[in-house]
This record gives sequence, structure tokens and C-alpha cells, in this order.
Amino acid sequence: MTGPLGKDLLGLDELSADQIRLILDTAVPFKEVSERQIKKVPTLRGMTIVNLFFEASTRTRVSFEFAEKRLSADTVNVASSGSSVAKGETLVDTARNLEAMRIDMVVIRHPASGAARFLAERIDSNVINAGDGMHEHPTQALLDILTLRDRFGDLAGRRVCIVGDVLHSRVARSNIHGLRKLGAEVAVCGPRSLLPNAVEELGVQVFDRIEAAIEWAEALNILRLQLERMQAGYIPSLREYNRVFGVTSERLDKAPHDLLILHPGPMNRGVEIDSDVADGPHSVILHQVTNGVAVRMAVLYLLAGGRPDLADAAKGGGR
Amino acid sequence: MARDLLLRRGRIVDPSQSMDEVGDLLLRDGKVESCGGTLGTPDDAEVVDCTGQVVAPGMIDVHVHMREPGREDVETIKSGAHAAAAGGFTAVCAMPNTRPTTDNQATVGFVKRQGEAAGFARVYPYGAISVGSKGETLAEMGEMVSAGAVAFSDDGYPVQSAQLMRSALEYARTFGVPVAEHCEDMSLAHNGSMNEGAISARLGLKGIPVEAEEIYVIRDILLAKRTGGHIHLCHMSTKGSVELIRWGKERGINVTAEVCSHHISLTEARVGNYDTNAKMNPPLRAAEDVEALQQGLADGTIDLLVTDHAPHHYDEKEREFADAPNGIVGLETALGVNCTWLLHRDVMSLSAMIDSMACKPARVFGLPGGTLRAGSLGDVTVFDPKAKWTVDATKFKSKGRNTPYGGVELTGQARLTVVGGRVVCRAD
Repeated sequence: MTGPLGKDLLGLDELSADQIRLILDTAVPFKEVSERQIKKVPTLRGMTIVNLFFEASTRTRVSFEFAEKRLSADTVNVASSGSSVAKGETLVDTARNLEAMRIDMVVIRHPASGAARFLAERIDSNVINAGDGMHEHPTQALLDILTLRDRFGDLAGRRVCIVGDVLHSRVARSNIHGLRKLGAEVAVCGPRSLLPNAVEELGVQVFDRIEAAIEWAEALNILRLQLERMQAGYIPSLREYNRVFGVTSERLDKAPHDLLILHPGPMNRGVEIDSDVADGPHSVILHQVTNGVAVRMAVLYLLAGGRPDLADAAKGGGR
Repeated sequence: MARDLLLRRGRIVDPSQSMDEVGDLLLRDGKVESCGGTLGTPDDAEVVDCTGQVVAPGMIDVHVHMREPGREDVETIKSGAHAAAAGGFTAVCAMPNTRPTTDNQATVGFVKRQGEAAGFARVYPYGAISVGSKGETLAEMGEMVSAGAVAFSDDGYPVQSAQLMRSALEYARTFGVPVAEHCEDMSLAHNGSMNEGAISARLGLKGIPVEAEEIYVIRDILLAKRTGGHIHLCHMSTKGSVELIRWGKERGINVTAEVCSHHISLTEARVGNYDTNAKMNPPLRAAEDVEALQQGLADGTIDLLVTDHAPHHYDEKEREFADAPNGIVGLETALGVNCTWLLHRDVMSLSAMIDSMACKPARVFGLPGGTLRAGSLGDVTVFDPKAKWTVDATKFKSKGRNTPYGGVELTGQARLTVVGGRVVCRAD
């Protein structure tokens, strides 16, 4: 069954602006489900979804699982440790075996770029990319964009800067594609050793100094700095990173206007973001997490063939 | 005694004697008996009408991975030599990254004997530069030369120590054989899996910058200058490398270089959405690199065309891009690719292309053949530069199916491969 998004959600690079808007619009009515006393609707009753996680994840996996369960799907979690994956079975064999058990969808998180597409091309089930290597993490970017849209309305002409380790970040790539398609202006800021060499060709401008980025931007999406980047020689120390690129209230106070603060988590407080910023009045970090469940419900619903215009009705209880 | 073989009325193109004329070629007792003009038919000779075909000195591919000993499930010397013959090659040089490594006289002798037993294209063994290709101590080059090694390389494992490379160039010079380097600064390549640029940034794949190759190119050229040894630079892939080689040659340094058919025909865009059949090392580069490599070939900066034929098992390529092995098969597509991208697009003349595929390989590596002069080795490639065909990997003689050209229409195809006066492969 092919709905308005196609069979799979692999990345925002390949979606049109209309498809992105459709997911965001569909997510809005689903937000309400999580606010109910009984957080469950029958929309995906009878569907089987496998959450196939080859990489440690708490937030994304739990968010998907809530989205699936609140839509009444049956879910199975497969993590790379303790399964046949650890015994050297290939990705394609793992997937085919799962599919032989008659499943409907796979949510995959994998350390290799392109792994979600690899899987999608080889199985009939719908595939949702929950993060593939350094490539894309589309649902994270969709929830970031939904959060921005909740505050800004139309994103056309809005200025968003992604701060930190863009080189290794799938969140950054998906955000760049998604935001640009919706007409936002996108910049990145970070040490050059953590930006792709050809980063400008992704259609973003580059700020070398966080002060300049803060002066320009209306929202900052602050990436997690993986602590192993220091050992690998990309940056001298976490201390220096905080002193040069850390988002601090001192720096934000100098901005000509208030900035919205986003962070995909998990945060390293005192490294890329200071606690008073993370917990401050302009932080929408927990709002992002709440939106994550709604966005994933919308994606599941649309890939399952749900009609966008009936999303509100589909969640209605008792049917 | 084998029958005489008379190739009649082909267009004989032999750059070694500046020959390009329609005529006959007679092979007797494994050698060229007579070349050019109209020849009478000896009693009992097999006569092949070559009208409309090109008759050239046997093509030699100096960069091939045969996988035997060690990975006979992927390719054997027999299947590889058969693939070579099917692609029009009369000889190949087999790289030493076998299991065990071809770093000793016994393994060199084994490769040579397996090649002779196969009876298709000739197989000349490479020996490893260092024991186990580990880059630590020199392998026993002298004994390997005696056993039949024609050159040395740690292909796949660049020699990271400049001191060891210096010694290798000096030591190999004693025996008059080239040292062939896989140029890659592995600390800079950093486990990358494609060319570094806009596409790698978008796909989220670790990129290999062109400098990873070029730093080694200039290092090795300078070491050749210091030692007087012969450095042969394998599978050149960047514009900068071409410029550095030009610099070296202008100064009379003993440097030669090769380029693969895929690097003069495909760009990094061929990776598409993580197609592992477009993954090799060095990787496919940008359009400006492809253009510079073509020009380098045309002006002689780059000496040889090779395949870097690297068969892999289907299962090994059928996986995540970053984890898939490097390399593609090339023996059965190289002639067609070279004709399509070089000859028919007027990058090189027919004679210059044959020079880079047949004559220069023999000269650079000191191999017999590479000419159709009377009395020389009876190795001949007959091909139709205008024949159109579509690549179907399932028809390959190689066990490898990993080609980026599947379904591509090529113009130019081998018709007859003659080794030592004997037809070893004939197009259907």
C-alpha cells in the first residue's frame, strides 16, 4: 500500500515541501491523543511493527514505541545485543527473517549511512529511518521543525542556525534539508574540523564564531557533542569547546532579540549548552520531546495508508 | 606442433613499429612469423578472416587481483585468466594480496604454474614489497624474481614508512624491476568510503580527500629521485596526481603511472544511493579529475590503462556501503569502456589507446610481447572497436559480478585472443 509519502520514510532530502507539510499538519491532531486520560486510539490495530535498533537509543526508541502503542499497533523491539545480529547475521538476513514472520513496518536505527535505504529496497514492509549513520534522522528533524512552526508559524525567511558537530550529525543533515525546503534560511556554526569540507554545498551559510551566529539567528538547534570527538583529535578539549562554542546565557544576553533554543538530546550540560540556557525561558527542548511522539504517530499513520484529511477522525475513539 | 594461424585482412595497428595498415599476420611456433602485407596461406594453417577488425599486439593488464591462493570461492587463477582472455587480454599481472600473501618464492612459483596450467591469458606474478605486506621488513625480492616475479607491490596496503619505501626502491633496482605503490595516506583517508566532497557530505559517508593519494604520489616520486629506483604509481585517481607525475617526468625521474578504466569513465555521482558496485579504493572522483586523467593519458603523463580487476563475492557487496569491500571486476569490460570513453570521444587515437593497453605495459614492466614484429611473442588481440554490446554480468567468465557497468551499452569488443600463436578465446 502506497500512501502520500511512498512506501518508506528514509530522509527529508527526498521529500517535497508539500510532503513535509503534510506530515507536520497530520501531527497536529495526533498531539491531542497524548494529552488524554486514556492515551490510546485504535488507528493501527492489528499492525505489527518491529523496532530494529542496531545502536543504543533511549529517547528515539521510547518515542517510537509510545507512538506505536498509542495507535494500538503490536510492537516488538529488537536490539543488536542479545539477538542474532550479534552472531554475525547480515542486515538483509535479519530483515528477511523478521518479514517472514509477517510484519508490516520496520523502524530501523543503524550505525551505517544508507542502511535504512538498503533495507527498504529489499523488503516489502514500510521502513522508517530512525537514524542511519551520519546520513539522516528524518523524524528528529520533523519534530524540530514542528516545534519551530509551533512558535514561528510559517518558516519562510526564518533564520535557524545549527550549532556543533555537523560533520557526524544525521540530525543536522535532515534539519538542513527540511528547513530549506520550507523556505527557512539555515546556517551552521562550529569548529571547521567538525563541519563537512563541502558544507556550503548543502545550501547553508557558515559562522565561525558563535557570537555572530547568535546575532544572526532566530533559533539555535544545538547538537550534542559526542565526547569521543576529543580523543579522535577533532577538538582540543571539552573545556575549550565550551569556552569557544558553548551556548551560554552570557552570550545570548548580548543578542539583539530572544532566540529559541532547541537541542535533540541527550545534552552535555556545561559543554555545548549551559544549564541556565537549557532550563531557561526560551528553551523548547521538552516541547520537542512531546512533539516527537505526535510526529511519529503521523508518520506511522501516513505510511500505513491513512488519509491525511481523516487523521482527526481516525484517532476518534471507538471506531 | 600447433597449426599455423593466419589472421587475414585485419587492420594491423602496432604502435611499436608505427604500423597502421590492412594486412595479414602469420603466427607460427608460438611466435609472429610475418606481419603485414598479403601473405600466402601455408598448408594446414587455420585462417581467420579479420576484415573490419583491429589486429593489435596482445593487451596486457598489469593490475589484476586473482584471489588465488586463499579466496578461490571469489576467483581462481583459471577463472581470472579466462576472464582476461574473454576481455581481449593476453597477459595479466597478479597482485600479491592473496592468502597467504605472495611474499615468497614458493607462492610466486605457485601463481606462475597455476597460470600456465590454466592456459588462457599469461599470468605474471607480483611479489609483495614487505613480508605479509605489513610494511615492516622487505620480502625476499631476489628469490621471488628468480621464481618469476615481474614487479613488487603491497597493493591495498600502502607502504606507510618512507624509509622502507626508499629501501624497496633501492633494493628492487638491483633486479631491474619496478616497485608499484598503492598511494594512500591511511591516516588521512581515515576509513573513508568515497570521494570527499558535496556528495559524501550529503550521503553522510566518510570522505577520502584527494590529498590522501597525492601526498604519497609526491613522496614516492621524490624517493625515486633520491634512489634512482623505478616507482610505478598504481590506479591514479586525481587531477593533482597527474600534475605531480608530470612534474616528476619533466625532471627525468623514473616514474610511471597507470589509470583504471573506471577512473576515466565514471564520477563519484555513480555512487548514487549507496551502490556498493561503485565502491573502490581509490574512489571514483569528481568530473574535473576524470577529465585530467583522460588528458594525462592522452599526453603520455599516465603510461598505462589497467583494470584493478577485484572480484568480490555477491554476499560481501550486498551490505551497508561503509562495510562493503572495495573493488570491482573489470577484465571483461575494460576494452569496451576504453573504446567508448577514450576512442569514440576522441580523447585518444586508436594507436595511442593500443599503446597504453599493449605496448607500454610490456615496456614498463619488462615483459615479453607488446609488439607484432617478426620473431616476437605470438600474442595478439583482435577486436571490433565499433561493435555495440550491453554488459550482462551473469555472462562473465570471471566469478565476480561486481561491475558498475551492468546494463550499460559499450562500443568495442574483443573478437579473438591469441596467446603464443594459439586461440584461447573467441567471441560467440
